[in-house]
Amino acid sequence: MKTLLVSDHDNKTLSEATAKALSCAVSLGGEVDVVIAGKGCRAVAEQAAQLSSVARVLLADADAYEHVLAEPFAALIVSLAAPYDAIVAPSTSSGRNILPRVAALLDVMQISDVSRVLAPDTFERPIYAGNVIETVRTTDKKKVITVRTTAFPRAAGGGTASIESIRAVADPGTSQFESEELHASARAELTSARIIISGGRALQSRENFTKYIDPIADKLGAAIGASRAAVDAGYAPNDWQVGQTGKIVAPDLYIAAGISGAIQHLAGIKDAKIIVAINKDPDAPIFQVADYGLVADLYTALPEMAAELAKSHA
Amino acid sequence: MKILVPVKRVVDANAHVRVKADGSGVDLSGVKMSINPFDEIAVEEATRLKEKGSAAEIVCVSIGPAEAAEVLRSAFAIGADRGQLVIGEGDLEPLAVAKILKAVIEKENPQLVILGKQAIDYDNDQTGQMLAGLLGWPQATFASNVTIEGDQVQVTREVDGGHQTVRLRLPAIITCDLRLNTPRFAALPSIMKAKKKPIEQKSVDSYGVDLKPRLQVLKLAEPPRRKAGIKVKSVTELLDKLRNEAGVI
Repeated sequence: MKTLLVSDHDNKTLSEATAKALSCAVSLGGEVDVVIAGKGCRAVAEQAAQLSSVARVLLADADAYEHVLAEPFAALIVSLAAPYDAIVAPSTSSGRNILPRVAALLDVMQISDVSRVLAPDTFERPIYAGNVIETVRTTDKKKVITVRTTAFPRAAGGGTASIESIRAVADPGTSQFESEELHASARAELTSARIIISGGRALQSRENFTKYIDPIADKLGAAIGASRAAVDAGYAPNDWQVGQTGKIVAPDLYIAAGISGAIQHLAGIKDAKIIVAINKDPDAPIFQVADYGLVADLYTALPEMAAELAKSHA
Repeated sequence: MKILVPVKRVVDANAHVRVKADGSGVDLSGVKMSINPFDEIAVEEATRLKEKGSAAEIVCVSIGPAEAAEVLRSAFAIGADRGQLVIGEGDLEPLAVAKILKAVIEKENPQLVILGKQAIDYDNDQTGQMLAGLLGWPQATFASNVTIEGDQVQVTREVDGGHQTVRLRLPAIITCDLRLNTPRFAALPSIMKAKKKPIEQKSVDSYGVDLKPRLQVLKLAEPPRRKAGIKVKSVTELLDKLRNEAGVI
């Protein structure tokens, strides 16, 4: 068994998601190589080399890979695929973009969003918005897998893998990067945050997110999320959405403020260690999954919480 | 320009899904079925492009049981012009679906194919990317904005942490994210007109494509449920529990 892990990074830092997908790749058994494709991304390769259980790091440093366009990136992975029994990537937006293209080019049926490895060919994955867990066994000789990273621990450090430079392959040249608008934030990233506070439609405006959610996030060092309803209403940016069609999260503490708890939202937070619900409706479904529920108006509860946290942090 | 939009018949987004007692599948008896919501967004986007004069014709394809004709009619009511119904029983995997769509596309020659990013039943998020790979076409997944400019299309994509804008040479594949548009509510005259639009029927076996499943479904089960915890009476009590009982802050 030999596995190729396709990494996710921003040309500077290897993502947490990659370190978690590595744990899934290792559980398949056998050697794991990691491919880093990007531009000016040697530092990322060095980070990958320090993860435990990595055999080799393959570094493809070229203009074509700077923005992770699917066409050149998939062509590169396919060119590397021959000696590997499995190709694995985290279910990040780039993994989900690239890996099915790789799978089709290799004539393999991809297994998406693997949440558990039962055997090297048998996996669990959530379907129907997380309402059902499917157990599948693949008959493909080569496996192509994306990983629901919240279901796996981060791989440990202490590794000393070798870094080998590999050549870029021809770019089909059918796509071109134009621009990027990333929400620069000093806050923790949702998918790797230890604490998350999310707001729902009850927040009523973007200003209220800033006024009521931000102070608590500041004090707890938390990432900020939102329900689909809040994003649909324009109270929060799209990439804050937590849920089956947004971000899947697994923090130690998830605080849901003014979120009723639609099934698709709950599917995105079910791996959270502790869920806190603050809602004035005592019958809100969120209370059925919350470890601690507070039936209260968030417009009084959140400022009170911010004040108490300020006291204890003073 | 011709736009092709594949549409899937799936369990309605509001329906409650139950696993059969023997774990062999999902119990669909009496459950409402609808057009996959992401595919509905794809049909709406194609219709808007046609209304703007960027496209001349919209062809929808559905692969599934005979009842999938209903989702083609839903697509017609939004604005699609004609449909192809590829009839086959049982669930086909995205790889097989992509192979059938490739065969359809080679006959229809659309310049643009717009799909939903995922179907809400199996949540695979694969078909569009696989189709692009098989055709050797460029792809823009998770689209939140689409603009046709001559023989190119500019697409803004939702990516982790923000947005990325790419330019693809046509022909190309686009998959829709949730907020690309809000599909219109079809008015009665559109629904009446939809009944008269033509549907061509074929069988899944008529494409000479290998449809054999690669994955064996061993079991379906409901996930372990989280249990409701306790209700606290005040913010003070809540913070005390988080500090001293759960130890998370």
